[in-house]
Amino acid sequence: MDQLLNWAPLLAILVSALAAVAIPLTGERNRNLRETWTILASILKFGLVASMIPGVLAGQRYGVELLEIAPGIELALRVDPAGLLFAMSASFLWILTSFYAIGYMRGGKERKQSRFFSMLAVCLSATIGICFSANLLTFVLFYEILSVATYPLVIHAGSEKAYRIGRQYLVYAITAGIALVGGIALIYGVTGTLDFVPGGFLDAGAGAPMLWTIFILFAIGFGVKAGVMPLQSWLPNAMIAPTPVSALLHAVAVVKAGVFGFVRLVGYVFGPELFGDMGAAIVLATFAGATIVLASLIAMTKDDLKARLAYSTVGHLSYIVLGIALLVPQAMLGAAFHMVTHAAMKITLFFCAGAIYIHTGKKKVSQLDGIGRQMPITMAAFGVGAVGLAGVPLVGGFVSKWYLAAGSVDAELLIFLGVLLVSGLLNAAYLVPIVTRAFFRSSEEHPRFGEASIFMVGPIVVTMLLSLLLGIHPDGIFGFFSVAEAIVESVTGVSFSGGG
Amino acid sequence: MSQIPALIPTLLLLAALLSLLAGLKSQRAGYFLALMGAGASFLVSVLGLVEVVSSGQAIRYAMGGWIPPIGIEFVLDHLAAYMTTLITFIGVVVFIYAPRSLHFESPGKATFAYPSMALLIAGLAGMTLTGDVFNLYVFLEIAALAAYALLAIGERGGPFATLRYLLIGAAGGGFYLLGVGFLYFSAGTLNMADLSGLLPELMENRAVMTAAALMVVGLALKMALFPMHFWMPDVYHNAPTVAAGLIAPIMTKVSAYAIIRLFLDVFPPGFFTETLPITATIGWLSAAGILYGSILAIAQHDYRRMLAYSSVGQIAYVGLGIGLANPIGLIGGLLHIVNHALMKGLLFLIGGAVRLRTGVTRIPDMKGLGRSMPWTMYAFVIGILGMVGIPPTAGFFSKFYLLLGAVEAGAWIWFAVIIVSSLLSAVYFFRVTEMIFRDPGEDPAETSREEGGEKDETTPDQPQGDPPASMFIPIAILAAGVILVGVFNFVIISALLERVVAPLGG
Amino acid sequence: MTIEFFAGRYPYILIAVLMGIGLYGMTMKRNLLKKIIGMTIFQTSIYLFFIQGANKSGATIPVYLEELGTEPTQYMNPLPQVIVLTAIVVGVAITGVALALLLLTYKRYGSLDEEVILRRMRESG
Repeated sequence: MDQLLNWAPLLAILVSALAAVAIPLTGERNRNLRETWTILASILKFGLVASMIPGVLAGQRYGVELLEIAPGIELALRVDPAGLLFAMSASFLWILTSFYAIGYMRGGKERKQSRFFSMLAVCLSATIGICFSANLLTFVLFYEILSVATYPLVIHAGSEKAYRIGRQYLVYAITAGIALVGGIALIYGVTGTLDFVPGGFLDAGAGAPMLWTIFILFAIGFGVKAGVMPLQSWLPNAMIAPTPVSALLHAVAVVKAGVFGFVRLVGYVFGPELFGDMGAAIVLATFAGATIVLASLIAMTKDDLKARLAYSTVGHLSYIVLGIALLVPQAMLGAAFHMVTHAAMKITLFFCAGAIYIHTGKKKVSQLDGIGRQMPITMAAFGVGAVGLAGVPLVGGFVSKWYLAAGSVDAELLIFLGVLLVSGLLNAAYLVPIVTRAFFRSSEEHPRFGEASIFMVGPIVVTMLLSLLLGIHPDGIFGFFSVAEAIVESVTGVSFSGGG
Repeated sequence: MSQIPALIPTLLLLAALLSLLAGLKSQRAGYFLALMGAGASFLVSVLGLVEVVSSGQAIRYAMGGWIPPIGIEFVLDHLAAYMTTLITFIGVVVFIYAPRSLHFESPGKATFAYPSMALLIAGLAGMTLTGDVFNLYVFLEIAALAAYALLAIGERGGPFATLRYLLIGAAGGGFYLLGVGFLYFSAGTLNMADLSGLLPELMENRAVMTAAALMVVGLALKMALFPMHFWMPDVYHNAPTVAAGLIAPIMTKVSAYAIIRLFLDVFPPGFFTETLPITATIGWLSAAGILYGSILAIAQHDYRRMLAYSSVGQIAYVGLGIGLANPIGLIGGLLHIVNHALMKGLLFLIGGAVRLRTGVTRIPDMKGLGRSMPWTMYAFVIGILGMVGIPPTAGFFSKFYLLLGAVEAGAWIWFAVIIVSSLLSAVYFFRVTEMIFRDPGEDPAETSREEGGEKDETTPDQPQGDPPASMFIPIAILAAGVILVGVFNFVIISALLERVVAPLGG
Repeated sequence: MTIEFFAGRYPYILIAVLMGIGLYGMTMKRNLLKKIIGMTIFQTSIYLFFIQGANKSGATIPVYLEELGTEPTQYMNPLPQVIVLTAIVVGVAITGVALALLLLTYKRYGSLDEEVILRRMRESG
């Protein structure tokens, strides 16, 4: 069984790659069959990822070395807790997004649907590849594929504006990719290896200028995708893509790939000790802290619902980066868990925004007065997501924020505790009013009850329930919390026996 | 087995001759003979490659039974096997592509084009195989003459651009020949193996230094190393696709090969790096060329001109590998020879296919091709990804090794140049990609339609859609090659290139 | 001293001058025909360089003679002369192709002046 599971990571990558080929070959003529490929691939992928959970928690590291792609560097996959956590959230949410996207694309009568579903599948393949990469070169390989495969989705609308944003997106993404390749070349030059090692493999002997150059190149490479200011400006613009893309890629898969890169960088390349000693940790934490506050402030000024959510994403991604940069076990645990909880909550919000748009054509916050009476389920879910992001107990966001806050106390950097509290308030300030105006303000426009199609409402309800479950019983589903603990244990050596 | 080195160019020379004679009677027969010659030489090259790799020994053949160093020797070693396989492979691919393309672009000239193509490939294969520095000059000029003939059948401005190229080529050849003279009068031999034995004693000899400098300058002119590239854009712009498809991928590379050969196997270790700073000079010129080529490529509206400037930058990657002069960097440069041959060949052939179907050669007119020629454009995207260096295409790995080489050499400026140039090539290539995947209906007020001057006189008489199989198959083969070479690049490196760079002490 | 220096090397100096003239013609002349003439002068200077390099005072042409035997100092070095023969063949071929291209260019643009041709190319597209 364990032998077979060694192939699971590879199969998890291939299954959506196959779907990406099958989708355009089936094409527009047989839409139901085409959508079947997406659904089938997403369920299979999640099954493959989930099948590895017990083994990985028990200390197994599944993986294969496929072939040598450069002297001494294999194209190799290895499943560890960090990759597994990210893969679990991405692949589970892909199932929901698949259903949702069917409702969205058909409801909106979008163009080029085959290309859309095919590219989405490629993106998921690349994301899972990023999760399970055993070394930096494999990581970058999938990271670049993800960058390129997202481009057709960003320009999906085909308008002049979409192309302009697509160009901006590419410039950012390619710059990031090349910075990474440069950083990797430096690391390889210094150490002669690129394999991830829990606790890091760089040592201080390389000298401060070299370490800082490496750090800066990687910070650019990952910071772009993670939306760390000042590299964030592509992300709100990329919201021009269809909402399923915004929901899955620009709240979960693509942006978290950047965040996950920081996890790998700090935990598995530099190692927390060196990262703190050289002083990079505090720099990264400062950037992240500033991003958290600024992004929340900007979010308040945005009337476009998706733009507001995008800035909220920018802020929340930096929660995770901050948690990593604080380097203490509690904060890392919070960061790891926030990868999951934020994914669940933010995808709920995006799903809601998309449902509102497809169903009523409304994109702006100021148009949403009274819409809660028309679409109560959608707006209730939105409310759960909103309070969750603000950090209210019983929703997942509370748990991860709790550990982040505890971590900043542990790290004796109380300013970041302040940042977290302020941003919690700001989060409430820019999200909760949307819910209140939807339910409590009246408008003549929304006379009768009417939700979007079941394809869209179904996933919304599931992600809402997931957000709640993560808050009430963090380990209850798929052992997300245990996996997060296992990450911190493997990186820092600190054990959370018996769960948090 | 031991005849393999001689067989490769001989088959092609024979094919060129027979093709011309037969072609006068029947064009089809002429084509068939030339194609057979190219195919046979490719098979023989592959045989030789397998033999060299499995035995680990070079295959040597003394021409006419004269024992070297008196006679001329042909040597198929790892580097030569690598190059001849590439050259004959591209040759076969372009031959498959040629008939439809020539029929459309240069009607009535095909009879003479096929022998010229075979002759060009023969010259290039000869250059890589010969173990004699003067013989290399002869093959260099054979290849050059065939290239002039092929280029001249291009568009209206073809002969003029070719004539300017010819003058540069003659100067390059002349400098090289002069260098050969200095070398001969100092060392008393022309055989490469012999020279490498004699030259260590003559390291400080001024005539030997002059010889090295002259030979490298001559080859650099032929290689289009910046700033000696100025002939290239006009030539490619006016060339028939078939000529550009042969010359851009392999001809400039073979000159680069000759420099590498002189550097590694003829002149003593340290001569090009320390006695004379030749590799460093090539490296700096290449770094400048990379930036210059990439920036000018952005400014071009004509597809082939853009590719030409891109070639100025891309050939400079090979030069940078020479400049780094350490094993991993030179491996990057050598790998880029194959990568760029596949990618640039692919892009030129696609340009020809687009022209056949739509008559379009300007980038702003390329709108909507993604819809009308979808498969060709998928291949195009692969080529683009390779040029930009997105993994797992081949382009990524050569740049990666160059970066590793730059780290090892501590050449931080070159390191930065490689990084910046990848961005620049992303800019100019994604511009085209964006164009072709736009709907043709979107914003009609694009300026270029009115200018229109550069459009072909020949209007397409073909149905729309992907090109005919004889043109699409070569495109597909090259596109597959771009990915396969990337994924399996380490196989090439461990089987061949590590042996090649062994003189550098890796 | 100076005289001896020149006396020993004057053929090379003449060759260098010739080469300079050739290169000047190739690069500076606007007329394409003159460029080609410059090219042939340049090539010829290289042939002469080889021939001069093979020269030995007192030696004869490298054809076996009974009375001289196989003493190498008695014959000039034959190899450079072979090289020159080959190079001349190459050079003739290049010149031939160059003249053919020149004719084609003249037919299309009605001029041999580079500047004029470039202008006409731009005008006609």
